Amino acid sequence: MSQSDARPGLFERPGVIRTIIALIVLICAGLVVAEFFYTKHPHFGFDGWFAFYPLAGFVAYCFIVLTAKMLRPALRRNEDYYNERDRQALQTPMRDDDHE
Amino acid sequence: MSDWLGHAMASPALVLMLGAALIACLPRWLHGVWLLVIPAAALALLWQLPMGLHGQIGLFGFDLTTLRVDGLSRIWATIFLIGSFLTGLYALHVDDRIQHVSALVYAGAAVGAVLAGDLVTLFIYWEATAIASVFLIWASRTIKAHIVGLRYLVIQVISGLLLMMGTIIHYHATGSIAFDHLGLATPGGWLIFVAFGIKAAFPLLHNWVQDAYPEATVSGTVILSIYTTKLAIYSLARGYAGTEALITIGAVMTIFPIFFAVIENDLRRVLAYSLNNQLGFMVVGIGIGTPLALNGAAAHAFAHILYKGLLFMSMGAVLHRVGTIKASELGGLYKSMPWTAAFCIVGSMSISAFPLFSGFVTKSMILTAAAENHHWIAWLALLVASAGVLDHSGIKVPFFSFFHHDAGFRVREAPLNMLLAMGATAALCIGIGVYPAPLYAILPFDVEYSPYTSTHVINQLQLLMFAALAFVVLFRSGLYPPEVRGLNLDSDWLYRRLLPAIGRGIRDSVAALRARIVAGLGQLAGLAGHWLTDAFGTNGAAARTWTTGVMLLWVTALLAAYLLLYY
Repeated sequence: MSQSDARPGLFERPGVIRTIIALIVLICAGLVVAEFFYTKHPHFGFDGWFAFYPLAGFVAYCFIVLTAKMLRPALRRNEDYYNERDRQALQTPMRDDDHE
Repeated sequence: MSDWLGHAMASPALVLMLGAALIACLPRWLHGVWLLVIPAAALALLWQLPMGLHGQIGLFGFDLTTLRVDGLSRIWATIFLIGSFLTGLYALHVDDRIQHVSALVYAGAAVGAVLAGDLVTLFIYWEATAIASVFLIWASRTIKAHIVGLRYLVIQVISGLLLMMGTIIHYHATGSIAFDHLGLATPGGWLIFVAFGIKAAFPLLHNWVQDAYPEATVSGTVILSIYTTKLAIYSLARGYAGTEALITIGAVMTIFPIFFAVIENDLRRVLAYSLNNQLGFMVVGIGIGTPLALNGAAAHAFAHILYKGLLFMSMGAVLHRVGTIKASELGGLYKSMPWTAAFCIVGSMSISAFPLFSGFVTKSMILTAAAENHHWIAWLALLVASAGVLDHSGIKVPFFSFFHHDAGFRVREAPLNMLLAMGATAALCIGIGVYPAPLYAILPFDVEYSPYTSTHVINQLQLLMFAALAFVVLFRSGLYPPEVRGLNLDSDWLYRRLLPAIGRGIRDSVAALRARIVAGLGQLAGLAGHWLTDAFGTNGAAARTWTTGVMLLWVTALLAAYLLLYY
């Protein structure tokens, strides 16, 4: 293992990142346009609404990530919360009082 | 068909176990050959077996059916054996006899369990998977792995005991040990259901997966991810197909692990949560129970073993080279490990169910079955969960390890055998996605299904691409939760903290009560002592020196009393 060279890699160049984002936006736009060009077979009614799937994808994703983010303060603890040493810490010998 | 094929000895499970016994004594340079030859031979044997019940033997007064070959058991045994071959290739460089032996015994036990035609045979192999697999965790040879392995073993053995008790009760009620549809109508059926539920990682019974799998060795985690949980899914499909409760259980299983996966830092643990979420899809399929839904569950298990194995393999390669798998420490690895990154992305796209990848052609069967049977809540849950899968397995795992900011690691690409295993698995993921017909041909039921309709392809792309757009928006605006070190509480807190705390509380209060009783008795004893001392001590009444007159008076009084009594 050695340290990094100075030149940014392909996926760190701002131009490349902008292009990727532009591509995603373009594809999404194309997929909204596609709504007009296929026959829907809704099973429940609501899944036949205009742009149901794009909205479902976007909203569900935001809901999941933001809910998880709100849960984090309640759930997060120190890595050694259960007092079981992890693999990096193994070099230091265990003391007897580390046992539960 | 040759006569010997009908015998219990001609079992693919025993081929793997005998192979394991040979590896235990063969020199190291032969391990590589055996790790590949044995699963291949077992797979060839499996497909030579005619459909039907074979391998009848008598044991403990029961007539056991050790080999049941039908559509359901054969597809599971097939993917287990393919998995055994691929993980054998992945682990070729590992110089650890224990891991090789336990991997083959474990795979053999899992194959034996899915081929079991009765509950007693199932129980024997069920316990064998537990015992063989724990060595893959202990093989990490860390203190934490030792503790985690013990916890894992206890939970697995509890599942086995419930299966045994359920089998006994079921046998007394019905007089049969056949492993067919069981249902929830009898107490035995319930006990077996819970036994399967533990191994299938039902909500609140799930945490052994996330606890144990990330602590196993690099190849051990890949191997573990294949068998135990999918064996349980098979058992549910065999014994509880069409059980309504499974739809609810499965829908919950798809949703709640997502939140944990989003905030988890250990990427192998993220994948363990993701595994739980994928099992949920299969459980919903089994709950719906129509031929299409059961085909969907079987096909999804098949595809899942491959793409989940591929994801665990790529993260294992990162751990092998970099030495850590924490998202907060990683980044920019595409420069050093481009092949691993590419294979990981194939796994991510497969699990996210992009068209032309394996997840698309299998998951869609379950969603279609849910829609056709009007389970709209479960269907919506699966849809939300699909967007969640894109986050934790589709984006988070490859993005934070191979891209994001460059963490400065300059390591070598994964060893050649790991790359070959990942390449072969990736090829299968794409192959199934592009040309699903061979997989559909070996599904248990004969159902016409075509995943590539324009509606389905467009809708799936809309769902996934807009979810990806949401990631871009959240990440660029800084709303996406950063990767930070830490540990997240899950249901294991109940038995790792709350239960011991309650135990300690009970122990302390019993000790306090005992101390109080002892103290009370001590006080009583003290009082009695004082009284005795007062009466008979050196200064007590009994020890005083008395004058002759007093003595005479008492003797006279006693004699008078004596006279009165006997007069």
